[in-house]
Amino acid sequence: MAKKKKGYKKKKDNLTIHFMPYSEISKEDTIGRIKKIMGLVLDNKIIILQGRLKPEEEVKLIENSMTLIGNISGFQGIEIAGISDENEHRNLFNKIRYNIARILVGEQDSITIIGPASVVKDITRDPRKIELMLKKK
Amino acid sequence: MIKIIRNFAQRLFSGFFRKKGEIKLGFYGSPNAGKTSLANRICQDWLGEDLGVVSNVPHETRKIQIKEKVIIEKNGKKIGFKLIDTPGIATKIDFEDFMKFGLSKKEAQIRAKEATQGIIESIKWLDDVNAVIILIDSTLNPYSQVNITIIGNLVARNIPILIVANKIDLKKSDVKKVQGAFPEYNVIGVSAKSGENIEEFYEELFKLVKKKR
Repeated sequence: MAKKKKGYKKKKDNLTIHFMPYSEISKEDTIGRIKKIMGLVLDNKIIILQGRLKPEEEVKLIENSMTLIGNISGFQGIEIAGISDENEHRNLFNKIRYNIARILVGEQDSITIIGPASVVKDITRDPRKIELMLKKK
Repeated sequence: MIKIIRNFAQRLFSGFFRKKGEIKLGFYGSPNAGKTSLANRICQDWLGEDLGVVSNVPHETRKIQIKEKVIIEKNGKKIGFKLIDTPGIATKIDFEDFMKFGLSKKEAQIRAKEATQGIIESIKWLDDVNAVIILIDSTLNPYSQVNITIIGNLVARNIPILIVANKIDLKKSDVKKVQGAFPEYNVIGVSAKSGENIEEFYEELFKLVKKKR
């Protein structure tokens, strides 16, 4: 018997924005972080994450989303964009201080927005602002 | 720890054996950035044949396409390349988008499925390239997360990259915007379609692979 595809909560009327402080993912490994994020995305929530994922985590998130498209009905993937305080205008001493702080406490001065593509039409970054465009119902 | 040692050993030995061999040159970027067009331009210039099919419909390349033994000559020096044209990386795929290009629902669904598999394949190949050309459509906003994610992953793997701002033959092209988005990297504007600035591209390509030889 064909396996019934898992339902994706597409017809939810309310738009939920979930603020995720960095502390919520700081102790998780890559798999834990992706599981947490995908769980919320599949629940049709838009996540505002304090901090950034590592490049290898972002690529895993994309890979994971691609695996789910076609296996979870209605799921079309994700929209993701990050913005952080630019490092380029600091002097050398401040750059070093800033980078040490980032290593110690993570990139907490960044914001990452992640949402399901069925809800979020587009996220544009240009370059110091992020615009989130939602799909019309 | 084991992974770190294994990666180090792989790099050491692959570097050792690659000295006189081909450079595995990957073409990465968003769908429709012109990866296949540039790979075709190179193949036409040095082999007299195309590598893949180009189309306006996104995700035309859904499987890795490889062309081996592409010898490029510049200023009396010859370097052998293995060109690896990858499917465009995207964060979302909606089959209905393909229907806007005249595909039937069934065709669009098949294309969407193949496109998702292609993206996974592209990501896997990140571990198996020696140098990468990142193609960016210079008529569009370059601050796309896909570009940032690909570059971040290549930098983490210590793979040299050259950013190519493609489509400079179009009015809306803005190479300076691409350079502004990636100030730490070498950005060169070209038109893979018309061949504009292609000699400068080869020049930059040689500088890029020098770092790896």
